[in-house]
Amino acid sequence: MESTREKRGNIFQRIFSFYYDGFKNMTVGKKLWAIIIIKLAIFFLILKLIFFPNFLNSNFSTDEERSDYVLEQLTTQE
Amino acid sequence: MENIDFSLVDWSRAQFALTAYYHWLFVPLTLGITWIMAIMETIYVKTGNPEWKKATKFWMTLFGVNFAIGVSTGIILEFEFGTNWSNYSWFVGDIFGAPLAIEGIMAFFMETVFIAVMFFGWNRVSKKFHLTSTWLVAIGSNLSALWILVANGWMQNPAGMAFNLDTARNEMLNFWEVFLNPVAINKFLHTIFSSYVYAAAFVIGVSSWFLIKKRHVLMAKKSILIASVFGLLGALATVGTGDGSAYQVAQHQPMKLAAMEGLYEGSERADLVVFSFLKKADNPENRGDKEHVMKIQFPGLLSYLAYRDFDAFVPGVKDLIDGNPGQGIPPVSEKIEKGKLAIAALSDYKAHKDAGDVAAAEEARQVFDANFEYFGYGYFDDDVNALIPNVPVTFYSFHIMVGIGFILVAFFVASLIMTLTNRIARKRWLLIAGIVMIPLAFLAGQMGWTVAEMGRQPWVIQDVMPTMVAVSRINAGAVKLTFVLFALIFTGLLVAEIGIMLKQIKLGPKEGGE
Repeated sequence: MESTREKRGNIFQRIFSFYYDGFKNMTVGKKLWAIIIIKLAIFFLILKLIFFPNFLNSNFSTDEERSDYVLEQLTTQE
Repeated sequence: MENIDFSLVDWSRAQFALTAYYHWLFVPLTLGITWIMAIMETIYVKTGNPEWKKATKFWMTLFGVNFAIGVSTGIILEFEFGTNWSNYSWFVGDIFGAPLAIEGIMAFFMETVFIAVMFFGWNRVSKKFHLTSTWLVAIGSNLSALWILVANGWMQNPAGMAFNLDTARNEMLNFWEVFLNPVAINKFLHTIFSSYVYAAAFVIGVSSWFLIKKRHVLMAKKSILIASVFGLLGALATVGTGDGSAYQVAQHQPMKLAAMEGLYEGSERADLVVFSFLKKADNPENRGDKEHVMKIQFPGLLSYLAYRDFDAFVPGVKDLIDGNPGQGIPPVSEKIEKGKLAIAALSDYKAHKDAGDVAAAEEARQVFDANFEYFGYGYFDDDVNALIPNVPVTFYSFHIMVGIGFILVAFFVASLIMTLTNRIARKRWLLIAGIVMIPLAFLAGQMGWTVAEMGRQPWVIQDVMPTMVAVSRINAGAVKLTFVLFALIFTGLLVAEIGIMLKQIKLGPKEGGE
């Protein structure tokens, strides 16, 4: 993971090259990043969209409606 | 409660528990191993000895594997709040919002920025800057734990808030009462110290394997030395903060304490159960009584640990349900009555407000405020046994956790002595024990969370919101399906992590490696 050459340039270019070289020279890290990307894709693209709509956000459009719904839930279950 | 689908409640709980258990596979190692890396790197910078750099980089690689696999399991928990626990999320929104926002901005930022420097910065930044980054990663990851545990502490002992009847949300009145909530502080300290114990056991276990295989002997010995000291201090601090946590439980969650000790009948000079088996009582009354078999106990110690007084009365399950007038403990039926008054007042407030009757609404608000403390009890009717947590699960989890904790203290002492006297490599039994300690320390952590969360049932917010009210009214079948999906995905991730981790351990440390 260690870089052998310090790139010159402004601060943004140096930060970019820092990360670029870091990722480029990874060995174990590449497999890990592949796992992370696959995992995030599963979580966000599949689970979040299909199975995890936010219940209140998807069923009600305003905070007032959400408040009314929760108040109803709190007062009609006894 | 007849309109509640308990299958939905149970599956939602099971799903959250599954996610939390898997999340806690990765987090404690991250919390603890960062300090061990920082200590090793500090010694390297101070001494210039490359052996310490090699050790630092090796443990950093294993940290990286663990961090990468575990980094987003917490995201699923957040999804579940919005999907499965929407009533709860709305109800606590403003309280949880502040600590979690601080976590997001401060701790996570520190972690992610400085982790890059820590991994990519060898030879790119100065030694001191790199060392600073490593320490900041340790601080940042531990601060992440602080905020989420403050939120959890609030659920165990709600403080510093007021319920807004118009919005149906709790609002933070006093940040410091939330932040310095004694339950939260104890929970944070107990949790992070136990994580240090797990991380130390992990480092010693892996190093022990190297010594058994006679590989990387010098690095393994150095690692065991650091981890033994770190683990022993962490274990002693875990014992101390565990005592503090139990004290807080006695003050705020006496039913949980009764379940932890399997205490059905309260008494003065109550004994602390060290070991026993619970079996169904021969003549059970009406609280699902269990009897202790083969009990070993310390006389009077439970009273002292719970109330700092050997003569103090410790209430049992029956006292808390049926009441004990002699000890000033009201029956739970009184709390249920007050809870019902609060719920009715909330309903009346809304009706009067909608009708424009300000005076009547204000009157309802006053009734609500006077009884809000017992709000959650209003959802229970005649079945008061529903207010008792699962005693055997809580009891056994607590005693397994404590038992392993003391085994670990003894193990770290033995490991430290053998390392300091340079006999560790010859003590094969201790090296094998070191490997065994990894799953044991992990098990202790999981049992701790089981005690904390199962022991407080039926509450999701102590005394204020029961679990069955917190749950979203969604299809129970979808929750079952996602439970199975998660079990498969998380198990796959775990297998991946263990596979990569074992491969890296077999490869061992390498100079100038990843």
